[in-house]
Amino acid sequence: MNQSFAYLKKQPWVWSFAAALAVWLITIAYTEGQGATAILTAALSFATFTIIVGLGQMMVITTGPGNVDLSIPATITLSGVVAMKVMDEQTAMIIPGIVAALGAATLVGIFNYGLIRLLRIPPIIATLSSSFLILSTAISYGRGIRIKPPLPLSDFATARIFGVPLSAILVLVISIGLAVVLKRTVYGRSVLAVGQNMRAAWLAGMNVDRTRFATYVLSAFFSGICGIVLSGFSGGAALNMGEEFLLASIATVVIGGTSVAGGRANVPGIWGAALFMYLLVTMLNTFGASAGVRLILTGLMIIGVIVAAGGEEQR
Amino acid sequence: MNRRLLRQALPFISLAVVLIATFIVQPRTMSYFGLNLMLQYAVPIALATIAQMFIITVNDLDLSIGPFVGLVSCIGATLLLDNPALGIGALAVLIAAYGAVGALVHLRNLPSIVVTLGLSFVWLGIAVLILPSPGGKAPVWLKAIMSVQIPVVPFPIVAAVVIGVVVHLALMMSSYGVIARGAGGNPKALTRAGWSMLRTKIIMYMLAGFFGVLSGLSLLGLTTAGDAHVADRYTLYSIAGVILGGGEFIGGRVSPMGAVVGALTLALAGSFLIFLKISPDWQIGAQGAILIIVLALRALVTYGEQKR
Repeated sequence: MNQSFAYLKKQPWVWSFAAALAVWLITIAYTEGQGATAILTAALSFATFTIIVGLGQMMVITTGPGNVDLSIPATITLSGVVAMKVMDEQTAMIIPGIVAALGAATLVGIFNYGLIRLLRIPPIIATLSSSFLILSTAISYGRGIRIKPPLPLSDFATARIFGVPLSAILVLVISIGLAVVLKRTVYGRSVLAVGQNMRAAWLAGMNVDRTRFATYVLSAFFSGICGIVLSGFSGGAALNMGEEFLLASIATVVIGGTSVAGGRANVPGIWGAALFMYLLVTMLNTFGASAGVRLILTGLMIIGVIVAAGGEEQR
Repeated sequence: MNRRLLRQALPFISLAVVLIATFIVQPRTMSYFGLNLMLQYAVPIALATIAQMFIITVNDLDLSIGPFVGLVSCIGATLLLDNPALGIGALAVLIAAYGAVGALVHLRNLPSIVVTLGLSFVWLGIAVLILPSPGGKAPVWLKAIMSVQIPVVPFPIVAAVVIGVVVHLALMMSSYGVIARGAGGNPKALTRAGWSMLRTKIIMYMLAGFFGVLSGLSLLGLTTAGDAHVADRYTLYSIAGVILGGGEFIGGRVSPMGAVVGALTLALAGSFLIFLKISPDWQIGAQGAILIIVLALRALVTYGEQKR
């Protein structure tokens, strides 16, 4: 027992789950047990969107210091707009719509890495400037869209099996898949190696370029999935639908125990962190906190978690 | 052509190109009044960019500068107006808070991106508590400063040059400036030479806070009312400005004059696009394209530099 406890304490993801659990317990203590499961179900459905983009951001951040994808919100919006426009409320067009949206997202990933590699622009600035271009594309393509998602898509996005959102199960499958990829495949090990020491990885004969390229495309692809499911979930695409996911994606990665210096990824941590962040907002809402207080406490909690988890040891 | 020189001149060349292009598209801007109007918002952006530059000098990144500038504008439009002593006290506390964050980041060896990300929520929250909706009033003296008419040369240009020169002297010419940049270049060497990394980080963060306060106040002098969300874009502008100006994310390689010029270029690009009558849909996109083009040029120049 003691041993397993000591093992658990060393796992970076434990903290985010502990924090999520604590926040949930405080909330249901306040409501005297009312809505305990409803809160969890809601948390799962909303957190899945953060989790899927958080996974993409995690892979990008893991490829080393300075790597971050700031184009996630714009890509979510673009993919949502493309999906809705191509589907045009027709059930028959769902598959073409998904393909078109994911294709657009993949192009964004290729464009991002093109800027980083060919023009040698630092990833922060590259993904930032490309996000401006992507957003403009989405705005001009989706001119005043008010297209509802086809019924099967919104059914899928809001469906539940035994109270568990179907989208959460989909994201769970993706997460497990990604964890296996990280541990067992050449690509996954390369991501970790490149993140730990890009030069060493290159000297060891790894294809650093291909690894980084695939990672930026993967992140954009995940944003694409998020955009499609999110527009199904919220009854259509909106031009600001991606906004909140910029900070959320970075925050989940770090709170979840992934190393910001790169080279160490943590899939379960993304889940804990995303649930924690959603439950935190729920708790503050339950307490009837004003918008200002809610923002301040959210900020302090993020800082608190990172301080408690501690930084990197000196290398 | 000396590539190193070309690299340093690039921010200035980019500014000149955007400026000339603007003059060609809209000749009426080539006047005292036109320049004044086009560049007035460059002053707060330049100050925020300088703030960001101090943080980047020590290899950190400040994602909270935008909301911070918004918070300062809210305090300026309320506390500073009603009770100047209290207002100045509150702003001093904010600068001290910045220093404390610097100490925290250093002592616990935390990623600055995350800490300042959390901080951005805190600033925004406080600002929303002070001013739930845009309002308040700028102090009269602040409005007076921001609408000063200087003969011949428009005020924003004079202000930008003064900011650039002062910070250049402090950071690039002084002996402590060398230490500060060394903290970004090689922190270990600096520590072994007996300098306190902790003190350096606190000082640089407090300088960032100070310039953030100046940015917020100058912005308030222009907008004349406080707004928590007024400067949300400043976080991205300031980072882009530093990089456009020739700065690097790591290694303490920064350029104050370049940063100011980068900020001016960004501010000017906005007006230029409006004059071009580009569809509003593509305004943001064109700004991104300009950023990419300038950086591509720089990549071309530095590529040659490395080859030699």
